[in-house]
Amino acid sequence: MNKDEYKKLVKSLTPKENKVKNTLLAFLSGGIVGVLGELEIYILMNFCGVSRTEAFIWLCISLIFIGCFLTSLGFFDNLVTKFKAGLIIPTTGFAHSISSSALDYKKDGLITGLGANFFKLAGSVILYGILSAFLLLMIRMVIECLV
Amino acid sequence: MIFFSAFIFSGLVCAIAQMILDNTNLTPGHVTSLFTVLGAILSFLGLYEKLIDFAGAGATVLISNFGHMLYQGGLIGLNESGLIGCFTHLLTKASAAIVSAVVFSAILSFIFKPKD
Repeated sequence: MNKDEYKKLVKSLTPKENKVKNTLLAFLSGGIVGVLGELEIYILMNFCGVSRTEAFIWLCISLIFIGCFLTSLGFFDNLVTKFKAGLIIPTTGFAHSISSSALDYKKDGLITGLGANFFKLAGSVILYGILSAFLLLMIRMVIECLV
Repeated sequence: MIFFSAFIFSGLVCAIAQMILDNTNLTPGHVTSLFTVLGAILSFLGLYEKLIDFAGAGATVLISNFGHMLYQGGLIGLNESGLIGCFTHLLTKASAAIVSAVVFSAILSFIFKPKD
């Protein structure tokens, strides 16, 4: 069997996912997360007297709590297989990546397991977030100096 | 009508992410990093504030808001004290996200056992 035949065989055996359905599911679930977030902002601002800036911070914290809690209970992976990217792209995905590596490596000990692997998956988000923000600030500083 | 625009905006971003995941070999890790960087770039161009005015929580629930908060925190430092301010203020606004994620995951991982 040569390479092309092998590739064809692999392609025919890989289960086909319905891409249109996946995209629609991600659109719906992502949209629902956005609406629930807006609802929380509305409730905090109108019934708890919180300012808009603080309400956004509370929203961020509560999303992270929900992500961590669902991951700890073992529900999050099932929800992601059902609702796709609609739960990965919101901040819940960031919380899930930290929480799942914390749970998985807990058995290897507090330092070599939990501590060493805590940011295993979320590290890339923090690294490239900080790096890009810093470089963009440098660009802005240069532009301000020139103008 | 901010509820409607929040639904449309966060839904659209998640649909784009799903299309990237389905049609390329990129993993969710790649896509979340990409969107964080995109958030920082949109914040640099001054567009992210406008997106938040338009879509409200629809724009702040997304991971790109993390990049936006990093850039805005650093910008406050840059305006206050120049280069040194970038180092001291970069994490100020994004602190809530990092600290809460670390605290909640650590505490919950002590309480719960991993399920397979």
